[in-house]
Amino acid sequence: MTLLQVSDLTIEDGAGTMLVDGVSFSLEKGEILGLVGESGSGKTLTCRAMLRLLPGDGLRIRRGEVRLDGADVLGYDEPRMRALRGREIGMIFQNPASHLNPVMSIGSQIAEGRRIHFGASRREARRDAIEWLRQVGIPDPARRVDNYPHEFSGGMRQRAMIAVALACEPRLLIADEPTTALDVTVQMQVLRLLRDLRDRLGLAVIFITHDLGVVAQTCDRVTVMYAGRLCETGGKREVLAAPRHPYTQGLVTCQPSSDGGAGRMITIPGQPPLAKRFPTGCRFHPRCGHATAQCAAVQPEMLPVAGSGRHEAACHHRMEGTRAGRDHVR
Amino acid sequence: MSAIAGVAPPVRRVLPRGSTLTVGIVILSAWVLVALLCPWIAPYDPIAQDTSATLLPPGAAHPFGSDNFGRDILSRVMWGARVDLQMCVIGVALPFVLGTIVGALSGYLGGAVDTVLMRVIDIVLAFPFLVLMLAIITILGPGLGSFYIAMALVGWVSYARLVRAQVLSLKHRDFIVAARSLGYSHGRILFRHLLPNALTGSVVFAMSDCVLVLLSGAAVSYLGLGVQPPVAEWGVMVAEGQGFITTAWWITTFPGLAIVVLATGFSFLADGLGDRLGVRP
Amino acid sequence: MHRYLFVLWRPIQLLPVLFGVSLLVFVMMRAIPGDPARMLLGVRSTPEAIARIRAQYGLDEPLWLQYVYFLRNLMNGELGKSIIYRVDTFKLIGTRIEPTVFLVLGSVLLAVLIALPLAAFAARRRGRLADHLIRLVSTIGLGLPAFWLGIMIILLFSIALGWFPVSGYGSDWVERLHHLFLPCLTVALALSAVLTRNLRASLLVELQTDYVTAARARGVSEGRIFWRHVMPNSLVPTINLLAVNVGWLIGGTVVIESVFAIPGLGQLLVKAIISRDYMVVQGVVLVFALATVTVNLLADLLTVMLDPRVKL
Repeated sequence: MTLLQVSDLTIEDGAGTMLVDGVSFSLEKGEILGLVGESGSGKTLTCRAMLRLLPGDGLRIRRGEVRLDGADVLGYDEPRMRALRGREIGMIFQNPASHLNPVMSIGSQIAEGRRIHFGASRREARRDAIEWLRQVGIPDPARRVDNYPHEFSGGMRQRAMIAVALACEPRLLIADEPTTALDVTVQMQVLRLLRDLRDRLGLAVIFITHDLGVVAQTCDRVTVMYAGRLCETGGKREVLAAPRHPYTQGLVTCQPSSDGGAGRMITIPGQPPLAKRFPTGCRFHPRCGHATAQCAAVQPEMLPVAGSGRHEAACHHRMEGTRAGRDHVR
Repeated sequence: MSAIAGVAPPVRRVLPRGSTLTVGIVILSAWVLVALLCPWIAPYDPIAQDTSATLLPPGAAHPFGSDNFGRDILSRVMWGARVDLQMCVIGVALPFVLGTIVGALSGYLGGAVDTVLMRVIDIVLAFPFLVLMLAIITILGPGLGSFYIAMALVGWVSYARLVRAQVLSLKHRDFIVAARSLGYSHGRILFRHLLPNALTGSVVFAMSDCVLVLLSGAAVSYLGLGVQPPVAEWGVMVAEGQGFITTAWWITTFPGLAIVVLATGFSFLADGLGDRLGVRP
Repeated sequence: MHRYLFVLWRPIQLLPVLFGVSLLVFVMMRAIPGDPARMLLGVRSTPEAIARIRAQYGLDEPLWLQYVYFLRNLMNGELGKSIIYRVDTFKLIGTRIEPTVFLVLGSVLLAVLIALPLAAFAARRRGRLADHLIRLVSTIGLGLPAFWLGIMIILLFSIALGWFPVSGYGSDWVERLHHLFLPCLTVALALSAVLTRNLRASLLVELQTDYVTAARARGVSEGRIFWRHVMPNSLVPTINLLAVNVGWLIGGTVVIESVFAIPGLGQLLVKAIISRDYMVVQGVVLVFALATVTVNLLADLLTVMLDPRVKL
């Protein structure tokens, strides 16, 4: 049963540039989907659009559908959206320190969700807050429920933020780079916590990240975005082992090897394009070693890769070559 | 299709960018012009009395009316601009210079000097501004000169703190360390390298300080302890007119309006400049 | 250090400032030209009185010792005699302090009542006409001289409309309230101009923060976000601003009391300056300084209570 179905989501800015262009993906209950891309690829905008929380400088959802359990969220009025935010779709963020109110105790911030979405009384909400702190693995929750955000360490703060989001009992959690700002050991703990919550609660997660290592560890499926468009999507193993889109291939190649490696670090040469100067046709073609005239002229569609039905790539040359390698990148 | 929910609408520019600064400059320039040209454009001599034309309401001969001595209010307001503008300039310049020196030294030298100076600042700040000014004027006797001295002795504090904070934050920046490593003397570093960068905030503050000085000077004069009659100064004029408020409201109203307009000009200038230079006063 | 020990510690930290204040007042008084004894007693003074005064204030002693005498006299509540009123300065101040206190408190209350809704209204309608109007009005408000504004308000409300008395203080509670309203309104208008500007700016900053985005993402309503999340965060800098401005305000009562003929400390100070009643000047200045220090102390304590991040 498909929990979330995003179809042809397109977001444009005030000047008419499509910052997110025709993005479609789906999510099942209990699934962790990795949404991968560089900064500016549109991954955060896509997820903000699902909550209809786009930053206000002229951004508009041009077309598309976001169906949660079949119902198109984009058509909801504001009160219904408010009921949906937090309660159906929750979100956690990269920097927990700035995303928590510094003058409110953690307990109050957790309790707030309980009171708004479940009508809990103050006492009940506080009890729930303590329980949620326990669920996310914060020691001594009865005492810490009255602490303020600055009294938590970085990893604890991220857990607390997860508790704040989960206390609203969403079915879908958007995790916007939640581990990027954390130490590696703390990262592992938070990732384990997310997997744990998925197992226990059936939580579906969209995990936004630029780190393929995290995807490999934690996600079930992965979708890659570049310059506002989808490049590739599929099961984690298939995409990471045999990427079909040159950009994905480049990302996989660029991952520093865990044994330290030898020689120079590989990077994808060039820079992602500025929104005003999106290339015609395939947006990656200026940086692609395999680009042909067709790539510059015609935008490739997301089509299945040979054999696997779930593995798709948006590349005219997706059928050629399977291994990630240097020669795929110019 | 879908509305952008829950977020503030984009700021629509009702007025063109930079209009605050422009309006401020216009108002200020207008008053400066009035002050400079009043010998030629003021219809009457500001201290000339005319017993046949006392307490006339605003009309053709006296657009702002006349007071109980028959003096033309419009001319007095124009000539008053000279005094009040002078009050602003000197009343800001003295504390600015004094405060900048103290603040720069305090921030740069640090240590005991800094501690002592900060304590002094705390002590000065423990007094309500106007009260301390009045106390100093008590010692020196009433008059515009006393006002300037009092202003210098009390007003330097804000500038000292601003400059000190700036110097402290800039002191360890690379370009200063580079200058030190080149062997430049402290004086040179302080005055030619640090201060120009540190002063932006003070300059913007000085503009809003002009409002304060204007209002303080007018208030002190209103109380009879600043500019002395028969000199035309707006605060003095307000005091002179207070007794006639029921019969001749114009004597008090117009000088007060002049203060408001000039002060607003300074405020717009301060806001506009602050926006331009990226400084929050 | 425990948060509430701070309440005890902070006043102790202020002692050096209080000493400095007393020293400054002492120096200023000594700087007045003329014979201090005659200054203290006035022109009509007998030789015995002069001798007594010289002993009490140690006027023949070295200056630093005179300061010690001064402090000792202060501790005993001995602030000298008013030449004009012929009473003990301390008592005199005591009779005049009430109107000033009410004036200050009333003005602050009114100012907050005016500024808070205006700032909230403007911040929530950023960029729209209401916001621009409020900003314009509060900028102009900065430039209103209190003494002139008071007269204009008297003109409108007392003379033209007859709703309020022109001046004076009144003899019972109701009358006092009636008499104080216009003076408080005058000061409040000027103060609220500053408060509105700053509170609005503070609110706008808070409305752009990440934690507000996160709260929206949880489905918290705009109203609750504004009053429960944004406003508390905006209040802390505003309280500090208020404290600084109360210092101005206390000084401003000097002018307002003169305009409205209110028998408070401010009017007392002005009259004492004009009539060279130096002991009174000294006493009132000291009281004002003490009041300012106290207000700032209260603001510090309030900040500590409201903002859990403040390190002690």
